[in-house]
Amino acid sequence: MTTRKISFILNGELKEFDVFPNERLLSLLRRNGFKGTKYGCLEGACGTCTVILDGKAVNSCLVFAFQAQGRTIQTVESLSNKDNKLHEIQQALVNEGAVQCGYCTPGIVLSAKAMFDENPTPDEEAIKLQMDGNLCRCTGYEKIWSAIKKVSASHKKGDSK
Amino acid sequence: MKSVTKMKVVNKSLKKIDSTALSQGKHMYTGDLTPPNALYVKMLWSPHAHARIKSIDISKAEKIPGVKCVLYYGNVPRIPHCTAGQGYPEPSPYDTFIFDKKVRFVGDRVAAVAAETSDIASEALKEIEVEYELLEPVFTYDDALKEGAPVIHDEEESFVPIPIPYEPKKNIVAKVGMEAGNFEKGMSESDYTFDELFETPYAQHCPIEGYISWAQLDPYGRVFITTSTQVPFHTRRIVARALDIPVQKIRVIKPRIGGGFGCKQEMMLEDVVALVALRTGRPALWAYTRDEVFRSGRTRHPMRIRIRYGLKKDATINAIGLDIINNTGAYGGHGLTVMSCAGSKVLPLYHVNNIHFDAKSIYTNLPVGGAYRGFGATQAYFPVEVMIDVMAEKLGIDPLEFRKKNHIQTGESHPAFEALGEGKPGAPMTIGSCGLDECIDRGAAEIGWSRRTPHTAKNGRYRRGIGMSIHMQGSSVPEIDMGAASIKINDDGSFNLLVGATDLGTGSDTVLAQIAAEELETTLDKFIVYSSDTDMTPFDVGAYASSTTYLSGEAVRKTASKVREQILGVGAVMLHKKIEEVDVCDAHVVAKDGSCKVSYSEIAHYALYENNQFQIAAIESHITHKSPPPFTAHFVEVEVDMETGHVKVLKYVAAVDCGTAINPQLCEGQTDGAVLNGISYALTEEYRFDENGKMTNADFMTYNIFSMRDKPEIKSIIIPTYEETGPFGAKSVSELSINGGMPAIANAIYNATGARLKVAPFTQERVWRAIQNK
Repeated sequence: MTTRKISFILNGELKEFDVFPNERLLSLLRRNGFKGTKYGCLEGACGTCTVILDGKAVNSCLVFAFQAQGRTIQTVESLSNKDNKLHEIQQALVNEGAVQCGYCTPGIVLSAKAMFDENPTPDEEAIKLQMDGNLCRCTGYEKIWSAIKKVSASHKKGDSK
Repeated sequence: MKSVTKMKVVNKSLKKIDSTALSQGKHMYTGDLTPPNALYVKMLWSPHAHARIKSIDISKAEKIPGVKCVLYYGNVPRIPHCTAGQGYPEPSPYDTFIFDKKVRFVGDRVAAVAAETSDIASEALKEIEVEYELLEPVFTYDDALKEGAPVIHDEEESFVPIPIPYEPKKNIVAKVGMEAGNFEKGMSESDYTFDELFETPYAQHCPIEGYISWAQLDPYGRVFITTSTQVPFHTRRIVARALDIPVQKIRVIKPRIGGGFGCKQEMMLEDVVALVALRTGRPALWAYTRDEVFRSGRTRHPMRIRIRYGLKKDATINAIGLDIINNTGAYGGHGLTVMSCAGSKVLPLYHVNNIHFDAKSIYTNLPVGGAYRGFGATQAYFPVEVMIDVMAEKLGIDPLEFRKKNHIQTGESHPAFEALGEGKPGAPMTIGSCGLDECIDRGAAEIGWSRRTPHTAKNGRYRRGIGMSIHMQGSSVPEIDMGAASIKINDDGSFNLLVGATDLGTGSDTVLAQIAAEELETTLDKFIVYSSDTDMTPFDVGAYASSTTYLSGEAVRKTASKVREQILGVGAVMLHKKIEEVDVCDAHVVAKDGSCKVSYSEIAHYALYENNQFQIAAIESHITHKSPPPFTAHFVEVEVDMETGHVKVLKYVAAVDCGTAINPQLCEGQTDGAVLNGISYALTEEYRFDENGKMTNADFMTYNIFSMRDKPEIKSIIIPTYEETGPFGAKSVSELSINGGMPAIANAIYNATGARLKVAPFTQERVWRAIQNK
């Protein structure tokens, strides 16, 4: 199958990729080593493959790879750094014991990050609405819920200082 | 015995050892580790519920460029086997073939293609020409059992490896039963009798990572299978049988697993990827789509349960009768054991002198039943705990008091423990620890039980109700399951802990390392844990039957204890003391008189490099003689819309006695997750089929599992008890709390509306109809 070249900003760097005509963004990312983006249902219903596209959390299984042309994409790899310090959302999930099998976790992290980037202090309704698209079968969401609420609360505290 | 309050590592909510890496999306799952040159496998599934393959032509598919291998019944071994990962020999029929000339449900295997890309494999599937002779399908309990019913397993080769009642010509997979006292007499001598029919639906586990495996050959021609499994050692044995190759030729590796809940207690795709690798010499990957996970994966067995109770005016339960028909679908793995546990994990909860239990597992042309968290107990608790409420109401007694009067207590036994085993008699047992009364009291306080009013006192469109239920499970399969561990010390006083036990996301690697650290008087961070690799780790039956903490945990504790003895020996020599003059404390061997000490690192150096060198290491195994039940009391408040039948769960409380919680945070997590799965099983989850037996809601849009927005507030409360036979007093926790959703919510709906639900799930339509018909 013939491929085409596209380029987009991935995790802060302009990159060029060969894409297949019917390829989804999820497959393009995983094929190129960005395997932090996991495969869940391939039908846009579980949120496991969430990435941040131009600031919005999207299911990368529902985005054709060529649609990424010229846009900005963040995967969970963007949050890793040299000194292995966790992003505050990851740290909150780890602290609360919200990572069981961990398969949905990168998607949860990115959905939450897209929310916090837009609104550092979401209320409970806003959190539920944003996180509704990320399924988890292990935790009953209870500890994910409290982790995200704690991040929001910590931002509120920071605001008042 | 060490007191729980003095423990330094156990009973502490330490961070799960893999959680940091998992939160970063590191490459740790089967699909992340696939070799770049792997072939992609795709399966042609049966579109028919029951048919014979008259002819199959793979020649066109084979000629497509990029297709490397096509497998079907004509070119693979035909050896009956059982895909269920259970103790050997399995109490399940060997009724499955890699491929067969007959298909037995919509979603059964027909042929597999391995190709350079998944698109080529999919294209090739379309070129396989199959001619079917359609046979009459069997979909219902009654159709399967009626005289002259079509025989689903009419092949001659299928058999059971141990003597259990197997009558395939009658579509009967297994039968199990027990009688205690005199049931009929008990019923006739009761003041009140009850006789009701309940039904539970097909459901799927829905791990977010579906089934996935890949295989490749090593330079010596052995086949290495990396797979998302709960049972690596069983999988190795089953693949060896199905492919007719020696166990020695196979290595099964379990990386991190994206959830299982029982559906991966099964050899699902490892035979095919291994065959492709062996035939082509290329690595081969097969991953189910979500649609395939639903249609062709394993499910929770639907059951039809007739329940009878005899009750005396003094609130004594005089008789219980359970008659169960268990639909195991097209293949019989777990068919006996699931319904056996519908008795053995449920009946002992209450004192009843006259017991009748009769269960049949039947074949139908529907998807295949398997192990699912709760394992039969979940289905049986629905009628049992609803009827307990019905009886309490009949007597005008508070359901809490009725349960407290009748539930089993520490020091008591029950005939079902001995009568109902897994293909052989069970193990007699007395209850060593039971915190149920405290669970009931704490849960009642948390939900606000005292403000509960009867349904007759309620009015208006939206009505609130409070319901509850109590449950037990087991911890391991006694006298059958075995777990083993090995530990060795490294130069710096760190340890390798190797376990056969299979962490499928539960945190068992962490829990087992906590147990080892406690026994060795060191810290959790000193352990390098490696689990579930058939070449590298000792044997373990795998992650099922709520066994890992209780069974494998005790294997780990015994192993650590042996290592500790060796450390003490070396330490004593180094300190010029007698062994009885030294002890271990904070990763040191110390003189009891406080005069001197030597660190584990110094001891390891001495043992590895200096004098009379040897590897400080041990390997130990453990089997259990009992299966101590963890207990729980569940409370739920719901709001029912009387006009639409919509049920909203407002708050759910689970108070859990799991013995010593090795890691309380992980125990809460297990409970939270089981609770929400139980709620969504009660309210929304069910397979819907068309008239041809094809599932019509095989996706997350129409098979609704709960999201964060759907979830109520869940409060998990850990009630400490101490189980003498478990590691540091631990029992199990993982399965227990999935049992409450259905009965507790049914009881809450009744408390809100006066309508009794006996068919699950409680969809709006069913609830609305029940309200109209009450």
